[in-house]
Amino acid sequence: MIGLMHYLVVSAILFVLGVLGIFLNRKNVIIILMAVELILLAVNINLVAFSAALGDLVGQIFAMFVLTVAAGEAAIGLAILVIYFRGRGTIAVDDINRMKG
Amino acid sequence: MSYVESLTLTLPELVLTIGALVLLLVAGWAGDKATRAISWASVLLLFVAGLTLNCGQGVAFGGQYQADAFAAFSKVLIYFAAGASILIAPRFFQLADGSHVGLRAEYPILILLACVGMGMMVSAGDMMSLYVGLELNSLAAYVLASFMRSDSRSAEAGLKYFVLGALASGILLYGISLVYGFTGTTSFAGIAKAYGEGMSMGKLFGLVFVFSGLAFKVSAVPFHMWTPDVYEGAPTPVTTFFASAPKVAAMGMGVRLAVEAMGSAADQWQQIVIFAALASTVLGGVAAINQTNIKRLLAYSSINNVGFALIGLAAGTKEGIAAVLTYLAVYVVMTIGSFVCVLQMRDAEGRPVENISALAGLSRSRPGLAAAFAVFMFSLAGIPPLFGFWPKFLVFDAAVAVGLLPLAAVGIATSVIGAFYYIKVVKIIYFDEPASDAMIPASTLVETGLMTATALAVSPLGYLAIPILATLSGRAAGALF
Repeated sequence: MIGLMHYLVVSAILFVLGVLGIFLNRKNVIIILMAVELILLAVNINLVAFSAALGDLVGQIFAMFVLTVAAGEAAIGLAILVIYFRGRGTIAVDDINRMKG
Repeated sequence: MSYVESLTLTLPELVLTIGALVLLLVAGWAGDKATRAISWASVLLLFVAGLTLNCGQGVAFGGQYQADAFAAFSKVLIYFAAGASILIAPRFFQLADGSHVGLRAEYPILILLACVGMGMMVSAGDMMSLYVGLELNSLAAYVLASFMRSDSRSAEAGLKYFVLGALASGILLYGISLVYGFTGTTSFAGIAKAYGEGMSMGKLFGLVFVFSGLAFKVSAVPFHMWTPDVYEGAPTPVTTFFASAPKVAAMGMGVRLAVEAMGSAADQWQQIVIFAALASTVLGGVAAINQTNIKRLLAYSSINNVGFALIGLAAGTKEGIAAVLTYLAVYVVMTIGSFVCVLQMRDAEGRPVENISALAGLSRSRPGLAAAFAVFMFSLAGIPPLFGFWPKFLVFDAAVAVGLLPLAAVGIATSVIGAFYYIKVVKIIYFDEPASDAMIPASTLVETGLMTATALAVSPLGYLAIPILATLSGRAAGALF
């Protein structure tokens, strides 16, 4: 029987993968966007699992909001990426260094 | 509570939302010719939204939204900062790249939409409205950061802000999902009740994640690394906006969350806040010393100032929260003033200059501007005759009152370190020989007016406002307890 704990573990693994994807990735900004989506999906799994376990609908409604916002976020992220590419001709993570920091 | 009453309470957000959408239609129809009209209309909308803050207090939409004195106080600051950032923008964008059409009409509209989000953040009564408000603000801010599309630094700032902001939202959201799971509710009142029943591992994890996400949004150490890059790369009017309004909103949201939702877990979050406050004041003070770019310097200065405001939150008392609010009010005025001064730094062709060394000899070519710059720098350093000293005194006082003596001591020490780099700027302005590539500042009426008004407000004259500020911030803090 798959219980709440299994879902939480899966979501925790996804969350950690997402965070590592942002920090360890040296290749490509698109991969960072995918990692961000991964984090939001981990949150959604959490919310829906808790919602089912608690018998409370709020978590599922919250998950809907998260999905909507994630879509908007991806759109804006890609738009910024296009502007960036137009100016620099590259989207390699190592090249994002016009300002030190 | 009926639907109509709920709508009345949310009137400030409704005014801004509907206004922004109408202006977006106008912008789509008339194009960039209408930018000037749209800018002034946006400022008017912000003013009207500020007036509607009087429309009563209460809880709307089943606890999702709270209109109280705390929200009203924060919103006044947010609207003021947003209005100022709209007013100073047109000339900057006109001069920044001459071939361009100047300021695009989306700029004031994006700021209005960000204001709707920030209003939701400080008025949230539930994790759901908090998250949606935060994202509404952030999404508009990402676009604003990369607003100068032809400038690769601006695009890079937008990209960095987006990636780290999205990560911060993700962390905050993960914390919210844990809090929801282990308390069984997303409303602040319900969370407060559940946290009052004792701490469990899940609740503690949720709390830590939520506060980490918050630290990102207020750019407190150890989550500050995006701040200098974004502040440097974003166009200066946008930086003005970032340094003022979203700081107030994120801080207001953090205070509400800490006191209203997790007040009974104060022992736990206090440790996090104390650490963030200490680290921010120290790093903000030390790392700014070597900066040569004025916008980067002001970025570290904002990290430093957030640290001081967090000292008030660490105290956790009503006086501490009132001190945080006073701090934010004075900080917003000082920041806007100093960024308007930075806007005046241009070379002979009108392009913006950001090197601190270019300020040399300013006292001879433009004594008025030099004096204003000096007032803001001394005030940010918290040197007594100027008004910047007063909120610092209040936060230290609140910290000492609850026995956080070491925190206050370190705070005072770092504010002395911080004074070094502020005074260094003043020294360059007043005592260095003018550089050969002297800047040719020229200000418009609006900019001069803003600069004069903010300089007067942080001058010793500001002390006249203490009784009003104390009453208002006290009432606002009282709304949370």
